[in-house]
Amino acid sequence: MDESILKIEDLTISFDENKVIDNLEFSVHKKDIIAIIGPNGAGKTVLFRALLGLLPYSGKINWRNDIKIGYVPQRFVVERDMPLSVEEFLNYKKTKKDQIINVLKMVGFHVHDEHLLAHPIRGKDALLAASSGTRHLLHQPLGVLSGGELQKILIAFALLGNPDVLLFDEPTTGIDLGGEETIYNLLKKLRDQHGLTIIFISHDIHVVYQYASRVLCLNKEKICFGPPRDVLGAEELKKLYGTEVGIYEHSGHHH
Amino acid sequence: MALIFDYNLVLGLITAGMVGATAGYLGSIMVLRRLALAGDVLSHVALPGIGIALLYNLNPFLMAFVFLFAASWIIWSLEKKTALPTDALIGILFVASLAIGVMLIPNLEELGEALLGDISEIGLFDAFLAILFSSIVFITGSKIYKGLVLGTISEDLAIANGVKLRKINLLFLVLVSIVVALGVKVVGTLLMGALIIVSATAAKNLSRNISRYAFLSTLFGLITAPSGLLLAKIYELNPGPVIILIGVGVFLLTLVFRRS
Repeated sequence: MDESILKIEDLTISFDENKVIDNLEFSVHKKDIIAIIGPNGAGKTVLFRALLGLLPYSGKINWRNDIKIGYVPQRFVVERDMPLSVEEFLNYKKTKKDQIINVLKMVGFHVHDEHLLAHPIRGKDALLAASSGTRHLLHQPLGVLSGGELQKILIAFALLGNPDVLLFDEPTTGIDLGGEETIYNLLKKLRDQHGLTIIFISHDIHVVYQYASRVLCLNKEKICFGPPRDVLGAEELKKLYGTEVGIYEHSGHHH
Repeated sequence: MALIFDYNLVLGLITAGMVGATAGYLGSIMVLRRLALAGDVLSHVALPGIGIALLYNLNPFLMAFVFLFAASWIIWSLEKKTALPTDALIGILFVASLAIGVMLIPNLEELGEALLGDISEIGLFDAFLAILFSSIVFITGSKIYKGLVLGTISEDLAIANGVKLRKINLLFLVLVSIVVALGVKVVGTLLMGALIIVSATAAKNLSRNISRYAFLSTLFGLITAPSGLLLAKIYELNPGPVIILIGVGVFLLTLVFRRS
């Protein structure tokens, strides 16, 4: 159970000689649900990019060998008239149809109409379906989905590569409260039933207490790391978000 | 009916069809990425190239392409350095090309040809170039299309999934340069930008998925360009504007059938 899948040592990331991440060190175990919290500009998304290998850094980011990473980026808006169907989007991962059905089930879409998924409706039936307004999910344009639905499709997209780890940047920005709970319960289910390790960025302290097995408080450097109830008290929170105020005050002097 | 056996016209129709189809195909990406106006800017960059070609008796297509490629590369390099006001610099590139082009092209008749196109004197070599380069554009385009679409909805998602976004963006600009250079002969630099976006905008009205969108956009270009040329020939009009107006007509028709 305690198998380590990611070890980070002395990680420093700089942009134009400004340190965005400073001497970070932590490790992630299999089936962890790690929450990363911190104020704006604390380097959370930068850390993700480095974990994905998209940024130069100094120090060590050691993933377990042969690890597969799924990535769900920060919420973005797909324009309503974007002519890209859910099926085409998911097909960009070069997978088989039954795999698509499988991940759609995993993220909690109803599958009572599974035969429709497997055999796209054509001809007269398609016309009927279109006229009665029951267009199938796979044939919907990405842009007409609700925020929660789009988020689930993005998770499905990430799952198509059979990842061992999911990196999830602010899972529920712009999603209503009910949708938020659905997404976090889904992450938990993916961990419990499919053995995934999950690392997510959040702004929401209450979500961290409820769902995370461990939390990384980040503000350029590590403020705290461990099970939320043990390491995340009033003092750490004050230190984490209070530092932000300090930085703003400090940089204010330059103006 | 001498029209049917007009050898030049047949070559012209083939060239117009090829250019229309490739412009529609690449235009589908331009419109998705909200680069509709960038095509306009880019097409004017061909003007100095054509001017030099006329001055030194060189192939206008090749010279136009050289200038377009250089401009593409400049725009591509600017994309990375966000500190510079990219839109303003592209604007300057545009007016500079226009000014230099107008200065270089010696007489008004030739300037008119460069601005509005002249497909009546298409030779076998031009038609051959159009077929060859259109094939290159379609083959290369189909290889990077997926990555470009993914990059349009989210750059992060594309890059994290192994799409070499910077590389395919440059490749895409090169393909656009080729199409613009081909199209200058057909509709001229003034209207080339329109040829690129009008089919795609019409196709978007009728599409809920990418394969249909790309197909319709290509098809509209393939049909409107030669039919515009034919119509212009019959009524002795300038083909460039007729081609574009037919495209606009198709666009207006699609508005009626637009899916909500």
